[in-house]
Amino acid sequence: MFSSRDEILAAVERNQPSFTELPDITAFKGDSNKSVDRFTEILSAIGGKVIPVKSIDEIRNHVAKNMQQGGRNITTVPLLGDIMEHVYRKDSNPHSLQDVDNAVIEAHFGVAENGAVWVTEEILMLRVLPFICQHLAVIVNANDIVPTMHEAYERIGNTNYDFGTFIAGPSKTADIEQSLVLGAHGPRSMTIFLMS
Amino acid sequence: MKDHAELAEIFNKDEQRVDWHDETLWWIRAKRDIAVHKLPEWEELREAASQIKVNVLSNLSQYLKQFEKNAQANGIVVHWAKDAGEHNRIVHLLLKEQGIDKMVKSKSMLTEECHLNEYLKAQGINVIDSDLGERIVQLAEEMPSHIVLPCIHKKKEEIGELFHQHLGTPAGNADPQFLTETARQHLRDTFLTRRAALTGVNFAIAETGEFVVCTNEGNADMGAHLSDIHIASMGIEKLIPERKHLGIFLRLLTRSATGQPITTYSSHFKKPREGQQMHIILVDNGRSVQLGREDFRNSLKCIRCGACMNTCPVYRRSGGHSYHYAISGPIGSILAPNLDMEKYADLPFASTLCGSCSNVCPVKIDIHDQLYKWRQVLVQKGYSPKTKTASMKAMAWVLESPGRYRAAGKAARVTMKLAPFAVNNKLNPWYKHRDMPAVPKQSFNEWYQTNRKDKI
Repeated sequence: MFSSRDEILAAVERNQPSFTELPDITAFKGDSNKSVDRFTEILSAIGGKVIPVKSIDEIRNHVAKNMQQGGRNITTVPLLGDIMEHVYRKDSNPHSLQDVDNAVIEAHFGVAENGAVWVTEEILMLRVLPFICQHLAVIVNANDIVPTMHEAYERIGNTNYDFGTFIAGPSKTADIEQSLVLGAHGPRSMTIFLMS
Repeated sequence: MKDHAELAEIFNKDEQRVDWHDETLWWIRAKRDIAVHKLPEWEELREAASQIKVNVLSNLSQYLKQFEKNAQANGIVVHWAKDAGEHNRIVHLLLKEQGIDKMVKSKSMLTEECHLNEYLKAQGINVIDSDLGERIVQLAEEMPSHIVLPCIHKKKEEIGELFHQHLGTPAGNADPQFLTETARQHLRDTFLTRRAALTGVNFAIAETGEFVVCTNEGNADMGAHLSDIHIASMGIEKLIPERKHLGIFLRLLTRSATGQPITTYSSHFKKPREGQQMHIILVDNGRSVQLGREDFRNSLKCIRCGACMNTCPVYRRSGGHSYHYAISGPIGSILAPNLDMEKYADLPFASTLCGSCSNVCPVKIDIHDQLYKWRQVLVQKGYSPKTKTASMKAMAWVLESPGRYRAAGKAARVTMKLAPFAVNNKLNPWYKHRDMPAVPKQSFNEWYQTNRKDKI
């Protein structure tokens, strides 16, 4: 008896056309000029907020001023661990984050053409973290803004991650008569601390 | 069962709604154009995407084996399903093994194609769709009318009424902000209490054994990362060879779909979370057959952006439900007959063949050519719509003989002159939205006989 796997593979093999080469996509490149400006412009257009900062102290000030009003504020950034609840274990229960108001994390890099930042499980500790919090803030180095998704995947290369995601702005929906509403199931706001 | 024309007629009864539907979708098409025109390399991107997909189809069996091997090495359990029934049984079995009777599901057109929700309901499993638009059509007990915008056919007042009935919101409140917030609260509880989550798959990468799921709402991630078991369902054509190819496809997908530069979340699932089970179901359900149809195999390049629907003058004015298939619009009309020629014989005729769909397709599927080719196949196999077949046969009989042709022409002219009501009535589909043209006094042949014949 043949398994479904074997049957499907045999049918595909029988019916697939003769081999065609992959195209060369190395020529796709973005303009690296003004990447930071474009990143800021696009992220603002999709509902995000960019705050340029020069030091971690500026972020600490911002956190102290805007995030500590009795809510649950967490971070995976060790340098903020003394002023926010530090999440540093991967094996905690993801449900334990259900009441988080603010979260501050770092990103590997940002993408100018779409305002997205790339984060992986090593940064997040818990995968659900950037989705379950009410408000998300992400620290990105201004030198780490690449022009397009081509450079983004060049940079990711063959790195080994268990889970990774591009995040571009707050969660949103326009399912009701195409009216844009921020804060669908994920964060209601997204702030980028752009470190120069 | 009603065909596209009959269903479209029902939708067309409310003219204002048709105009509203038409304008909303055209507005999305216009947003797509703005986004596309910002990228000078757009056409090169389309060409590259098309070539990558052609390569995938030409080497699909290898890529499937490569993906399976790498996904298994990542700790993902790989299942294979020949058809919708097998897919549904695998999902049910996985839930049963864990003693789970409630599941949260993010958008997956494949599960619509397989009628998974109905199947699971019959097995006593409660499924909640978490995408807002999908949740709305689920509450309304309808199918999505659009693959990207599931409830684009619904007015906010109707959604307000649904929420009033099912979620207890105040009657008459139709504010999108308020309704979305209500759904957020209601579904947050669902995410936190479901042990099983099912997601679709936008792309799966042979090279790494990972898969990518794109959402704006974050619902796929909320479900998956809080669950004990994550099941991902994908059609076998969703494979792409290498990670770097995502750069091409993620640039094309949302710009084509809604004019956004990218979805809010593009999540790459490579390994299960510590302590979690991750399963992927590779579904054929007719895809390997379509792969063997030379004229139609390119339909398998589709990345489900919905651009062909937003631009289609027939879709915009007939509504997604008139297509009576999970995937509506032009692309659905070339996918559906592959599964059942008899049931979906009407769909390739629900087109003006204007070609706008092919022009906006990000992977360059020759959609309108395939619609045209399906018509030939369906007529040859005897599946063409009955009224069309009868009138075509009558026309062929008339055109076969010059005598019959002259007699028919004369009869038509006399009828139009003496008894126009015989033609200008509801039985004539041409008369529905337009007047019949005025008839000439004589045929060209008659004119020629009197005016030219003697003068040569």
